[in-house]
Amino acid sequence: MLRPFEIHEPTSIAEASRLLADHGEDAAVYAGGTELILVMKEGLAHFRHLVDIKTIPGLETIAYDGAVLRLGALATHRAIERSAVVGRHAPLLASVASQVANPRVRNVGTLGGNLCFAEPHSDLGTLCVAWDAVIVLARDGEERSVPADRFFTGVLETVREPDEVLVRVELRPFGPGTGGAYQRFAMHERPTAGVAAVVATRGGVIQHGRIAIGSVGPMPVRASEAEAMLAGAPLRDEALREAAKAVGRHAEVMDDLYGSAAYKRHVLTVLAARALREAVACAREEDA
Amino acid sequence: MAPQGGEVAPRRELALIVNGRPAVARIEPRELLLDFLRNRLGLTGAKRSCDVQVCGACTVLVDDRPVSACCFLAYEARGRQVTTIEGLAEAGHLHPLQEAFIEHGAIQCGFCTPGMILTALTLLREVPTPSPDQVRTYLKGSLCRCTGYWKIIDAVVDAGRRMARAEAARR
Ligand SMILES: Cc1cc2nc3c(=O)[nH]c(=O)nc-3n(C[C@H](O)[C@H](O)[C@H](O)COP(=O)(O)OP(=O)(O)OC[C@H]3O[C@@H](n4cnc5c(N)ncnc54)[C@H](O)[C@@H]3O)c2cc1C
Ligand code: FES
Ligand code: FES
Repeated sequence: MLRPFEIHEPTSIAEASRLLADHGEDAAVYAGGTELILVMKEGLAHFRHLVDIKTIPGLETIAYDGAVLRLGALATHRAIERSAVVGRHAPLLASVASQVANPRVRNVGTLGGNLCFAEPHSDLGTLCVAWDAVIVLARDGEERSVPADRFFTGVLETVREPDEVLVRVELRPFGPGTGGAYQRFAMHERPTAGVAAVVATRGGVIQHGRIAIGSVGPMPVRASEAEAMLAGAPLRDEALREAAKAVGRHAEVMDDLYGSAAYKRHVLTVLAARALREAVACAREEDA
Repeated sequence: MAPQGGEVAPRRELALIVNGRPAVARIEPRELLLDFLRNRLGLTGAKRSCDVQVCGACTVLVDDRPVSACCFLAYEARGRQVTTIEGLAEAGHLHPLQEAFIEHGAIQCGFCTPGMILTALTLLREVPTPSPDQVRTYLKGSLCRCTGYWKIIDAVVDAGRRMARAEAARR
C-alpha cells in the first residue's frame, strides 16, 4: 500500500520549482504518475510531497512554428499519437508513441515523465537522441536547453536538477533528403532493444547518419562508430549493412532479464539494418 | 484505513461521477481509484491482479479513456466521469459487447472480462469495425489466463459489426 503523501497543486513553473526546492529529497514531480505511483507502491521510493504539474496551464501544448515542433512535457503518448500537428510534421514520433506500452499507460503517461524517469527500457529517449532533440528544463524564471544525447547520465539518472521541471521537447522535422526510422523488439510491455536512425542524403551520398540505441544499456546512446562509417558513404545497401554490424559490435550492453548481452548485440544488428534501410527509403520519398 | 507509522496526510474532498451518478467522499491523496471503487462504492467489477499496469484486470474508463485503476490515484478522477463494467448495461439490457462475449464463449473465469470489455469499447469508439489484427494489437496489454484470446477477438470483431449495423439501422 502507498504510504501517506501530500499533493501540491502549483499553477506556475516558478511555484512548482520552489516547492521542489523547499521539500528537497522529500518531493517529486508528479505528472501522469504511471512510473511514480508504481515505484512508490512497490516501496522502492517514497516522497511525502508530490508536486502535481498538471495544474500548471499550457504544459501539454503541441505546436509547430514553421521550423521547430514543440511538445509540452505533459503531452501524453496518446495525445502525441493522435495530434494532427505531429502527424503532419513528425509522423515517425506519432508512430513510436503509438507503440509504447498499452492503451492505459499511453493515455496517462507523458513524454516528460518518460524522459525524466530515464528507465533504460524506453523508446522515446532513443528516438530523441537520434533526432538531436532538445530538452528544455525550467526553474524559477530560467530555462536551459539540453541536447537529448547529453540529458541521460545513467539508469534512472539525468542532468535534471531536483528543482527543475522538464517543460518541453523541441524537434526539427526532417528536411528534404533526410529520413528517419525507429525499430524496436519487445517481448514484454517494455522494449528489449530499440534502434533509431536519422539519415541525411544528397546526390547518392550519405551526408550524415545519426543512430541511437536504447534499452540495452543504462541509457540511450549514439552509435558513434557506425555514424562515422556512414558519413560520406555511398547510398548503397552494403554501407548500411556494415554500419549496422558496427552498431551491434560496439554497443555497450547489459545482461538482464530481457536477454543476454550476446543476444542483444545480435538483435541490435538486425534492428539497425532495418532502421537504416527504412530511414533511407523515407529520405528518398522526402527527396522525390 | 489507519495511516502507517503515525504519518498522516490531510484528507480532501473528492467529487466525481461514477456510472452517471455523482459520488463524493473525503479521501487521502494516496487512495487508489481501484480501492475507492471497490471498497467505498462496492463496485467490484474492476479487479486487482498484477497491480503493475500490465494485465488490464483493473481497467476502468476515466472520461471515456481506459486507465489502470490499480496505479491511478482516486484524486485524479476529481470532477471527471468514471465508467466501470457495472455502468455498461442500460435499463437491464446488456451492452452488445457483453452479449457478444457471452455468445462467443469469450468468458471463462471472468476475471479479465470487465477490463477486456471496457478496453474493447474504447477501441470500437475509435475504430467501429476493427479487423482481428487491430483488436489483437489494441488488447495486447489485457491479459487472459483462460480463453487463449481467440474467442475474445472474435467477440470484439462481431460486436463491432453488430453495433455498426444497429447504428446504420437507426439512421
Ligand atoms: C507497464 C508499462 C509499460 C511501459 N512500456 C513502455 C514502452 O514500451 N516504451 C516506452 O518508451 N515507455 C514505456 N513505459 C514508460 C511510460 O512511457 C512512462 O511510464 C510514462 O511516459 C511516464 O510518464 P508519467 O507522466 O506517468 O510520469 P510520472 O510517473 O508522473 O513521472 C515519472 C518520473 O519523472 C518525473 N517527472 C515527470 N514529469 C516530469 C517533468 N515534466 N519534469 C521533471 N520531472 C518529471 C517524476 O518525478 C518521476 O520521477 C511503460 C510503463 C509502464 C508502467
Ligand atoms: S491490476 Fe492493474 S493492470 Fe493489472
Ligand atoms: S476468462 Fe479467466 S482470465 Fe480471462
